[in-house]
Amino acid sequence: MLKRRQVVVAATALAAVSGGRAPFAQQGPIRIGELNSYKNFPAFLEPYKKGWELAVEEFNKAGGALGRPIEIVSRDDGGTPADAVRVAEELLSRERVAFLVGTFPSNVGLAVSDFAKQRKTLFIAAEPLSDKIVWDQGHRYTYRLRASTYMQTAMLIPDAVKLKKKRWAIVFPNYEYGQSATAAFKKLLKAQQADVEFVTEQATPLGRIEAGAVAQAIADAKPDAIFSSLFGPDLAKFVREGNSRELFKGREVFNLLAGEPEYLDPLKEETPKGWYVTGYPWNEIKTPSHQKFLDAYQAKFKDYPRLGSVVGYATIQSTVAAIRKAGSLDQEKLVDAMSGLTHDTPFGSITYRAIDNQSTMGAYVGQIDVKDGKGVMVNWRYVDGKDALPPDDEVRKMRPAN
Amino acid sequence: MSFASILAQLLNGLAGASSLFMVAAGLSLIFGVTRVVNFAHGSLYMLGLYVAYSTVEFLGRTPLGFWGAIVVATIVIGALGALIEIAILRRIYRAPELFQLLATFAVVLVIKDVALAIWGAEELVGPRAPGLSRTVEIMGRRVPQYDLALIVIAPLLLLGLWLALTRTRWGALVRAATQDREMVGALGVDERKLFTGVFFVGAALAGLGGALQLPREPANLGLDLAVIADAFVVTVVGGLGSIPGAFIAAILIGVVKAFCIALGTQSVLGLEISFSKLTLVVEFLVMAIVLVVRPYGLLGRPPAQQRAVGEITTLPNMPDWRRWLPFVALLALIPFAAPDDRYLLVLLTDIAILSLFAVSLHVLMGPSGMVSFGHAAYFGVAAYAAAILMRKVQLPMEVAVAVAPFVAGAVALVYGWFCVRLSGVYLAMLTLAFAQITWSVIFQWDSLTGGSNGLTGVWPPAWLADKRVYFWLTLVLCALGIGLLWRMLFSPFGYALRAGRDSPLRAEAIGIDVRRLQWFAFALAGAFAGLGGALFAFSKGSISPELASIAQSTDALVMVLLGGVETITGPIAGAAIFTWLKDELARRTEYWRSVFGLVILALVLLFPQGVVGGLAMLWRRVRPAS
Repeated sequence: MLKRRQVVVAATALAAVSGGRAPFAQQGPIRIGELNSYKNFPAFLEPYKKGWELAVEEFNKAGGALGRPIEIVSRDDGGTPADAVRVAEELLSRERVAFLVGTFPSNVGLAVSDFAKQRKTLFIAAEPLSDKIVWDQGHRYTYRLRASTYMQTAMLIPDAVKLKKKRWAIVFPNYEYGQSATAAFKKLLKAQQADVEFVTEQATPLGRIEAGAVAQAIADAKPDAIFSSLFGPDLAKFVREGNSRELFKGREVFNLLAGEPEYLDPLKEETPKGWYVTGYPWNEIKTPSHQKFLDAYQAKFKDYPRLGSVVGYATIQSTVAAIRKAGSLDQEKLVDAMSGLTHDTPFGSITYRAIDNQSTMGAYVGQIDVKDGKGVMVNWRYVDGKDALPPDDEVRKMRPAN
Repeated sequence: MSFASILAQLLNGLAGASSLFMVAAGLSLIFGVTRVVNFAHGSLYMLGLYVAYSTVEFLGRTPLGFWGAIVVATIVIGALGALIEIAILRRIYRAPELFQLLATFAVVLVIKDVALAIWGAEELVGPRAPGLSRTVEIMGRRVPQYDLALIVIAPLLLLGLWLALTRTRWGALVRAATQDREMVGALGVDERKLFTGVFFVGAALAGLGGALQLPREPANLGLDLAVIADAFVVTVVGGLGSIPGAFIAAILIGVVKAFCIALGTQSVLGLEISFSKLTLVVEFLVMAIVLVVRPYGLLGRPPAQQRAVGEITTLPNMPDWRRWLPFVALLALIPFAAPDDRYLLVLLTDIAILSLFAVSLHVLMGPSGMVSFGHAAYFGVAAYAAAILMRKVQLPMEVAVAVAPFVAGAVALVYGWFCVRLSGVYLAMLTLAFAQITWSVIFQWDSLTGGSNGLTGVWPPAWLADKRVYFWLTLVLCALGIGLLWRMLFSPFGYALRAGRDSPLRAEAIGIDVRRLQWFAFALAGAFAGLGGALFAFSKGSISPELASIAQSTDALVMVLLGGVETITGPIAGAAIFTWLKDELARRTEYWRSVFGLVILALVLLFPQGVVGGLAMLWRRVRPAS
């Protein structure tokens, strides 16, 4: 509420400054509904919020869209699908927002996506990683920004294949994200390396890993390499217990997401060297788009961006680009505008694919190391999302025709 | 599995059990003496870890700094526990049973936000224990020294507690109060000091349990709820009030978990069984088995005869439908007053459904004397049954909604058969165990339930697509459901239930089969909760396992307590206040969770009989006696 007022005040002040003619005054701001599980996943979503705040400020300074400023009406969705659907309804019918963006956990993202389909309203799923959002349960009205579980897993496959390790152990948080990552990894690796063997699979309850026992069980299976999709406290515990038990000595480890500052930074000197990860080396990316974002972010918040910040920032970039391209707030025109929409982000140019509404935003793939007692990414490269997606025929088969 | 790996996993299990034992011992002690089900115990554990982290950063990562931090955290959390007792709980000991749970629920919300404000969102990885940071090789397996230290500390602490309880005057008083706290008061012991002292020790144990995890677990905001469930399980499996029982139970659960992990995926008779996935719910499986075999836990004893029979209030009169019908009619008119406000309708639909859900729980908690911590199981099962019947069996939505309550009722009939054999908190915990098992089945059964993502596309047919029509349908069905439940309470069946609650022996003596009645009441409550669940599914368009989760069960419990367990209409008021307030606060403030908690605390202190109970009392006082 406070934030919204701030944004409005800022926009009005700006309007007053820019020649006293109040260019936005006729129609008021364009309201966008944003909902997210802020209290459930604060580590990711606090930076995310800063990211979109920055983007809104920049766009409004530059004149907004359709000659009107952007206003974000942000809500906590309580982290459950049931609450999220209610919040979405509130945003649409009370706050009269133009369309919806946001969500973090996959089940909430899918529920809001289904709601958007029912209400024929555009929904840009910013963060949820579930492949189902654009494939099995994809539909016309939902677009997804971030690189999905499948894409990020696929990005790690070339390195995994190169190592020619035969015996793999797998550990994953026991819910859809971890299960999909595991399934994708097994399928993709097996396709390129027929003799691969998966010697143990540990499904750990989210947030409640018994890390010592898991590390021990994996060590007992004597794998050559490990694929993990743990993150957050589970990852930190696994790293600590694995380090203690020398589980990672002489074994290659692949860990989805572990290079994201949200999950890498807490590890500090404990950061395991040489792991292959997907992530975001914020202080080493030198592209102009990223530099501009980085400077503005640090100037505004006196803090460095996390991956969440980029997602929040890019979500608003997509929002504004879609409105500008559509030239109106009509749902069908907006949805049509999103299809094939290309715009710049801190990670470079992305396109929302017409075939499945997935953006081609990529991720940085590399290894992690310790520098001055902190975890950093080394040997990294940017993998464009379009190179990590399955062939179009497969996509068409997975996505229902509607 | 080789012998070496069995030994190594045994040590893992023992090390994991150590902190769990401390938390559970504290919980058990507090419950034994004060009868407070301290929902905030997990939060104290979490704070213990945070405080230890900050202290060690301040004192330096030296042996002195590390162990000093653990001592500091223990004392600080103990003091915090005593403060909570003095500031809040002391004022509501005379409230109906379990009411204190509501206060501790609010404390959980406040602590979580305070921790977020102080320590931030990112998890904090503590240092290894200086001097104990290496590993020892045992039969070719590396075992961290610190794990071994934990394995030694737990039994030492058990010994210390045992000595304190059996050899000191304080311990004698605690044991006496556990058995009969009124008698202890009557004999001139200062109950206030005793209770505050017990809270200090109990909270300090939680703080110590958390602080000792510093080298093993990053301080993070999810710990409170992750730990509290396990702590309850250990306490109940061990037997309420029994410290050695908690010790044995902690070890049992720690070791079972470690072995599930060690077994991984095994094929048994050609079937692939993933023991690793079983860790999602294994502690609840253990609890269910233990409680079915031993109704008072491993080392627990049947509680002393309830003395407080005289205090139980009678139920108010049957609500007169002629007085209530206008209210329902008025609610039905709302869509005309605000035709465009779909959100208002959604909120009212939610409130109507949750009212039915809360009333069905109240039937168990109030008149039947059976507290359920797992009522969401029936809500969730029915929601899934309805969704699956429509989406996969292709039945019309109307049929699905009609059938789903029977599915929930059937499930409740099965679970109830086991549960009614128990009483008090044991019964409540067995319902929780069944609910968690149900939740985990829903969570894992991908092909049928959609797993953790749940099912989408659960929309009603065209004639109900209009939110107004759906609201009317919900209103009518929920009002009917609530009316039937209330009617039932004032039928011979309901009177017999209350007789069984207030005086089971006498009820049996006059030929009432108390257990059988309770069993039917259980199934009936489950079925009506199920009606709510089915309606809920179609109002949202999607469902997920959260509907059967502990959080959903807790919400219902909070609604009933908030409204007033000794009233008839309380649950409805509780459901309305809870749902509306949460929604409103979440929209208006960033730190809505703590504000929500503070509002609940204020209500708890203002209305120790629940909101409706308190208002009714005020009304009686204001109105001149007629």
